[in-house]
Amino acid sequence: MLEQLLAGLEPSERAAIDDEELQILKDVEAEMPVFAAERSQLLPILQHIQGRHGYLPKLALQMVADYLGVTIGKVYGIATFYNQFKFNPPGRNPIKVCLGTACHVKGGEIILENFERRLEITEGQTSPDREYSLERVACIGCCALAPAVVVGDKVEAYVTPSKVEGIITEIEVRKAMAAREQERNEAANG
Amino acid sequence: MSEKLVTITVDGRKISAPAGSRLLKVCLENDIYIPNLCYLEGMSDPPASCRLCLVEIEGEPGMVASCRCEIRDGMVVTSNSDDILKMRQVAFRLLVSTNDGHCNTCIANKHCELQQIAKFLRQPLRTKRLRHIDRDYPEIIDDHPVLMYEPKKCVLCGRCVYVCNQIPKGYKLDFARRGINTIISFYGSDLDPSSRDCEGCLACTEVCPVGALSSKKKWSRFIAEVKLKQEQKAARQSSD
Ligand code: SF4
Ligand code: SF4
Ligand code: FES
Ligand code: FES
Repeated sequence: MLEQLLAGLEPSERAAIDDEELQILKDVEAEMPVFAAERSQLLPILQHIQGRHGYLPKLALQMVADYLGVTIGKVYGIATFYNQFKFNPPGRNPIKVCLGTACHVKGGEIILENFERRLEITEGQTSPDREYSLERVACIGCCALAPAVVVGDKVEAYVTPSKVEGIITEIEVRKAMAAREQERNEAANG
Repeated sequence: MSEKLVTITVDGRKISAPAGSRLLKVCLENDIYIPNLCYLEGMSDPPASCRLCLVEIEGEPGMVASCRCEIRDGMVVTSNSDDILKMRQVAFRLLVSTNDGHCNTCIANKHCELQQIAKFLRQPLRTKRLRHIDRDYPEIIDDHPVLMYEPKKCVLCGRCVYVCNQIPKGYKLDFARRGINTIISFYGSDLDPSSRDCEGCLACTEVCPVGALSSKKKWSRFIAEVKLKQEQKAARQSSD
């Protein structure tokens, strides 16, 4: 199934698939027979892929469509109906901006816009280096801290535009430190 | 095979047609215009989503969508009362409250069904009576080898999805997302080689009642013309 699909791609499209994605696709292919090839299995299959890999790659959706004998447009149409499905790989630092009622009132939209501008991606996207992904969520149960943002699994309270800058800078600094650490280790071992 | 004919009365006029025909179709065929956007002939299960084709039928409570209604002998239909006009106008205003087409530079200008319906219902294409909702859509979606789609003009009638799914082979376009963010999507058309054959089909672009779906070729030719005309006009003005 996968091989055929890959063979049918344009060379440029084939080249755009990195090892990480290929691994995911192979896993999807291997797991597929767990489910019966019936339309009623569409959502369970999608949930399974989302749960294991954090998103639904386009080629995986094509495999699901072929497996169930429906069109990829139908699969995508159904998947986009639900908020739980993502179509881009999650970033190493997933950022979730709360736009629940309280956070909305306290300017959550502005915070989202700040992240979008700072990271140069729009809501629902992942940065090309997969470092950041940005999404909007409904109330996360921290209304007293509005506007709230979840970075990784940490809740950031009373977020302001300058705090957005601070959050990103902190991640960048940590990244730079980790890289230096690794270099030092490598130098010590090599 | 002879079909059983039945007689109905529409706005005082007697009309005979095969039993079980759709009321909307019968009216249109007899020059009784009823606005409609989401119906296409041959549909076994019309979506009845635009609500523009409302009529009243004697003995039935409320108004009914004539596109779904099958005629019965002796049916008495009103299609032109003030109440009906008002209800259709409400449906129309709801429809255009999220619509953002620019008619002057639209490929469907002057043969757009939405324009015709606006005229018939005596409603502006931009309603002031409902808050306008800007949907967060791109101006153009063109990730299809042959087709392009302007979501802000789309009335989501579903005709394109319907005809495309009647074609046994080929790429299938479909709805995506939900609620106010619903959209027609070409998702996966890059993976499906049959999407390149759409050039020889274009059925979806033909049934689109507005200018939301076109072939890329036709569209770029049209845009080039528009640009040329604009330039000529500017040149004329500066030479005056
Ligand atoms: S051109 Fe034909 S096959 Fe292609 S999307 Fe439109 S209706 Fe479907
Ligand atoms: S693209 Fe045209 S035919 Fe398709 S849903 Fe929109 S308005 Fe209707
Ligand atoms: S609305 Fe944002 S935490 Fe409740
Ligand atoms: S044509 Fe009947 S509801 Fe749209």
